Amino acid sequence: MLPKAEMVHWLFATGILLVGLCLLAEAIVGTEVWRMRPWRKYLWPGLAFTLGLLLWPVMAFFTNSAIHMYAHGSWAEVLMLAGGAELGLVHGRLKSRWWRLTWPLAFAVTGIAFIVHEQNPWFFARSAFLHHLLGWTFLIAAIVPLLLVWRPRSPALQSFFALSIVLVAVMLYCDRDVAPVFGHLSPLAGPPHR
Amino acid sequence: MQGSYAHHLPASDARRRSRRAQAVSLIGPLTAAAGLIWAIVQPYRLTMLHPRGQGLWWLAVEPPLLVVLAGIVFTFVVARPLLADMEAHHAAEG
Repeated sequence: MLPKAEMVHWLFATGILLVGLCLLAEAIVGTEVWRMRPWRKYLWPGLAFTLGLLLWPVMAFFTNSAIHMYAHGSWAEVLMLAGGAELGLVHGRLKSRWWRLTWPLAFAVTGIAFIVHEQNPWFFARSAFLHHLLGWTFLIAAIVPLLLVWRPRSPALQSFFALSIVLVAVMLYCDRDVAPVFGHLSPLAGPPHR
Repeated sequence: MQGSYAHHLPASDARRRSRRAQAVSLIGPLTAAAGLIWAIVQPYRLTMLHPRGQGLWWLAVEPPLLVVLAGIVFTFVVARPLLADMEAHHAAEG
């Protein structure tokens, strides 16, 4: 009765896409306008926190090795930490800008976990390729939330941050359990399906 | 010279505000359009077109429809109230 792993990726991609779109809108209109309605300022941090929370059942039901479990568990932890810190900051309970370091931390941990837990080479199958690509994307993109700690109102950095998250959603939508990537599919991966 | 500068400043501000409003109002429809194009390019991803013999999850999770849904939700839940707030904010600013 459990959904296939690729479906879980697509569902998470939808949540991540909504976070990215909200961040993009905030970058365009500015933080002042974005926070005019009280519910809206909690929207994307709340979504990020919820996605972190939902990663726990993914860790429990979809991991088939210790390294997969550690990877999904670490994503759940860092996403909940970053989302929770952002919720505290927008609510005013947390004051220090250094809490924003939780975002580059989340990106870096996620990137490392993606690369480390993918045991197959890039062109083994599409999922392997995307895991490597996602890992390096997160690691390189971590520089953006790091710079946002010092320039939190920069529209350019906010836009880059938003677009990097939208890009992650696109990559997750491309994921398939067994499918070729640029015509490459290892015979060890099993028969491809649609 | 100063008068001319002061005359042009509000006009450029208004243009910038209008561009921002256009950008926000386009995010949702563009996202939904991306999902729609995906559905046209890969119709076999829409299990609702051939539902016989499909399991619950294949019928519930159809990626192009999820993208369309995200675009629609964003448009109605986020973009519309945000555009109203933008107008109210700029009206208050004068």
